Parts: sequence; C-alpha cells; structure tokens
Amino acid sequence: MAVNANQERFAYDFERPILDIEKHIRELSERAASEHEDLSAKIEKLERKRDRLLEKTFKNLTAYQQVKLARHPLRPHPMDYIGMLVSDFIELHGDRRFGDDDAIVAGLGRLDDRRAMFIALRKGKETKEKIAANFGMPRAEGYRKALHKMKLAEKFGLPLICLIDTAGAACAAAAEERGVAMAIAENILTMAGLAVPIVVLVTGEACSGGALGVGVGDRFAMLENAYYSVITPEGLAAILWKDSDKAPEAAEAMKLTAAHMLEAGIIDTIVREPLGGAHRDPLVTSRNVEQYLTKALGELEQTPIEQLLEERYRRYRNIGVYRTAPPAMEQAG
Amino acid sequence: MLRFGKKKKAVPDGLFVKCDGCGAMVYRKNVQELLHVCPECNHHFRIGAWDRVELHTDEGSFEEMDADLLPCDPLKFVAKKAYVDDLKRDTEETGLSEAVICGTARIESRPVVFTAMDFRFRGASMGSVVGEKLTRAIELATERHLPLVMVAASGGARMQESALSLMQMAKTCAALQRFSKSGGAYVSVMTDPTTGGVTASWASMGDVIIAEPGALIGFAGPRVLKQTINQELPPDFQTSEFLLEHGFIDMIVERKDIKPTVAQVLSYLT
Ligand SMILES: [Zn+2]
Repeated sequence: MAVNANQERFAYDFERPILDIEKHIRELSERAASEHEDLSAKIEKLERKRDRLLEKTFKNLTAYQQVKLARHPLRPHPMDYIGMLVSDFIELHGDRRFGDDDAIVAGLGRLDDRRAMFIALRKGKETKEKIAANFGMPRAEGYRKALHKMKLAEKFGLPLICLIDTAGAACAAAAEERGVAMAIAENILTMAGLAVPIVVLVTGEACSGGALGVGVGDRFAMLENAYYSVITPEGLAAILWKDSDKAPEAAEAMKLTAAHMLEAGIIDTIVREPLGGAHRDPLVTSRNVEQYLTKALGELEQTPIEQLLEERYRRYRNIGVYRTAPPAMEQAG
Repeated sequence: MLRFGKKKKAVPDGLFVKCDGCGAMVYRKNVQELLHVCPECNHHFRIGAWDRVELHTDEGSFEEMDADLLPCDPLKFVAKKAYVDDLKRDTEETGLSEAVICGTARIESRPVVFTAMDFRFRGASMGSVVGEKLTRAIELATERHLPLVMVAASGGARMQESALSLMQMAKTCAALQRFSKSGGAYVSVMTDPTTGGVTASWASMGDVIIAEPGALIGFAGPRVLKQTINQELPPDFQTSEFLLEHGFIDMIVERKDIKPTVAQVLSYLT
C-alpha cells in the first residue's frame, strides 16, 4: 500500500517502533489470507501491543516531537481539509496591487450548506510547488490578497474561515521591499473590526506575525498536535542559544502546544486528532475539523454583529499576564 | 506616582563618544546639545523613553500613567539565562519598570496621549506589559478624544512571552481600530530600530508616519535576513530613506524638528 510505504519513508524515530508492529501485522494478515492460516490471536495480540505503544508514545510527546508532528511530511495541509470538506471551491487570486502569492490561497466555497470565504496557508507538497509557495511563508502580496478577499467577504456578508500552517512570513529582500510588516499590521487591524464572523484554525505550524496576519477572529482553535509560538524553535535557538541544535530546549521554553494555548486562554478549543497524529487518519481528522467549524459558525451566525465585534475585542483585550506594583514600591525612585 | 529612573541616561557617560554613524570620536557636550545627534554626520543616537518625553512634549506637561504595571514570567522562561534575571538586570540598569512609558502630555500646548519605547529595556520588545500599557493609552485617547503620538523603537515581540507577546500585536491593533473608527488622529514616530512585531502592528498604523533619519525599520532583523538570503543588500536597505522611497512612511524628520512637525500635522487632523 502506497500510504504505508510513504509512512515508513517519512517516519520519525519515535514513530518507527509502531510502524514496525504494523508491518508485522500486515505480513501476518497476508499470510493468513494466502495460506488460510488462523493467525487472528497473534494479530490481535500485536494490535493490542501497538495500541499500548501508541498511547505510551503519543501521550508523552516532548514539545519538539509535537513540533515535528505539526510538520510531518504526511500531515494534511489546509488545502487538504478544503479538498475533503468544502464543495464548489472557487479560488480567487491576486492582491490588486502588485501580484499573487502561492503561500496563501483564498477562495469561496461551501461547508455543508454554509457559504464562506476561505483563507488557507499553503506550503506545497512537491518540490516545485513548495518553491512556488515559498514553503508556506507569505510575502506582502499574500497578506494583501487575503485582505482584499476579507473585504469581499465583509461586503457580501460571508463568514471567514482561516486555516493556518506557516513557520512565519517570508524572510526575503522582496518581502521587506514591499512592506510585509505593514501588510500584516493592516490585516490584523482590519480583522479586529471585520463585520463578519471569523473562525481561525491552526492545522500545523503558527509562528510569528506571519500567522497572526491571517489569524485574528471570534473563534480560535488548534489541532491537537499543532503549535503556536513567537518564532520557530530553531529560530529561537539561533537567537538565544546561538545554536540551532537547541531547538528542543527552545520548543520546551516557549510552551507552544495546543494544551498550553488553551490554558493561557489564547485558543478556545483543541480539535482532536487520531492517536499518532492527523496523518494516521486524515479522514477522521477532517471530520473533527468539520464538526468544529460548523459548530463555531452556527454559534456566530446567531450573534448580532455588534455583539460579535465587542466580544472579539474583549477576546484579545484580555490576553496578557502582568502584575501591579505593590504600594510599597510607590515610594521608590 | 511611580517614577522609574528619570536620571539614568541612555547614552553612557564620558567626555567623548564614538559615533556609530561615522566612527568619529565626538565631543559629548556637542552631541548632547544637538539632542544626541552627531555633529559630523547627523547620525541620530538611540535615546531613552524619558529623553523622548523631554524632547517631544511641552516641559512639565507629561503625566505618566500605568507605571505600576510590571512584567511577570508567565512561561517560567529559561534559555541561557532566566527571563526573571534579565528583567531584574534591565530594571536596575535603566531604572525603567518596562520597555514603554505612556501618559498624557501637551505638544505645543495641544493635549495628546504620548507613548515612547525604550530600547535599553529588553530591546524594547513587546510583551504583556508593553501591550497592556499601550492598549490602555490608546483606549484613553479614544475615550477622551485626544490625539495619539506613539514613538516606536523595538526589536519585535518579546520572545520570552512567546504567543502571549504575539497576541499583544492583535490587542494594540484592535484598540487602534476602534480609535481610528472614532475619528482619532494617530501620529507614529519610528526611530532606530523598529522591527518585527512592532513594525507589523501599531507602529505601521499611524494616520501619519514620521521616521527619524537613518533609522533601521523592517520586519526581519538585518542579521537574520542576511543569513537567510545570503545576498548583498543595498546599503540603505531597511532604512527610513528606503521606506520613504518605497512609499511606507510620510516623511523623514530630524529629531529637533519632530515636535513642531507633529504639532503642525495635528493642527490639521484635530
Ligand atoms: Zn557621526
């Protein structure tokens, strides 16, 4: 089976013992079929062993292992979820200012019977596609394209669904030249006041302002193995440790998992993945995604827009951890 | 009211000071008289937040607010050094409680809400406290229908607060969105250096954007950029001059002229 061959090809070390058992199970099943042997007891035993190992491995992941899962070569990308869940998708190109950007896909589509505008980060799968999409790191025109489509959604009263998977905005001369920072700033500000419901879901990576530039909304969720941080662990390691091999430590330090984000009140929901990660069963994952998106949209549709905007404001207004100086300090200085 | 270290100077003491612009050893007194600008090459030295208050607002008009907001260590962050130790050291060395000071002031008699970042404190990175103080300042300006003058300098988001610091970009921009919708006027002053999450949020959202000459302004830091792209960049890349040429700022204004320029702009917008 192609999927299994791929799984073995791309497996991380911590996945391999599980894949070995699964390979053994497949071999036994094949033998059972071809030689009419009853191996069901053996197979069941192996399956139990595999399930125990899955539990053991994936319920105790280190932060960096989770980052690696979020980047797994076989992990479904935002466009895969659109492919699985959205009907009649029409992609809309161009920022009407300078160009287009393959790292951000925008388009209209139907989720169940709901019409919506979709903004999806794209990393690409094959080498050519990856290069065209700048490995999912948008340039200024990507953010401006997203902005143009958001305003289109607002004009026609369509809710906005943003699917995030990016290691950050492009780090490139052209991005600086065309004001990628200013484009992100304008998107964040516009999304804060956009008069349609916005649902944001992080499906993989979400780093830096690059993720926030299409990621301000009323509902905010992450897939179980997605991560959210100010910079990639490798980037932080290079800055603070001057050593990118310290990425695992950097990942721990940033408290970047979905569980941490929920605890910090940054996201409202964790969308579950099959044990072992979304790539082990993309269909099950996509059904969980669908359930979350339709529930969130259903709730937001019932809310008057003024109330929605007020609640959106409060949602971000309340994020931050600080303390007030004790009165004793007021005499100092 | 809390007053953290107004006495501490952003430029170190000594009779002479080396200019980062032209490398000349210039007489400190001359530099100070020129508002920390090199007499040889017009290089604008980095100055502190209290210097900004002194230079850009009417004497004695500034009333600080929210000086009692102090940083926490929500992630219990430890890299090579612990975040709490970094905070402690920066507080001791600068006399500041955090990387921004905010308050009400007058600029040529015109009441404003004024904020200024201080690069000496954690590279003026934006964490929870900076985000909260700025948001309160923006909300106050909205409530009292006052114009907003924000002086930016920043290394970007505060790494040690990770996602929480990213969210301050959304928080400040959300407040600015409401301020702008209410008709408020916002003049952004970008100074050396303004990068990362601050460029990608409130600093770029001024109704009018002013930059000091030769300031580094960009998203990616120049070192990271050079490492990543491995190619030579023009010498003025990511400078105020470069941004003016590319249409991202309204004007470049010398330090001594910022106050009258802001006042003049506000006379049209308020
Ligand atoms: Zn000089």
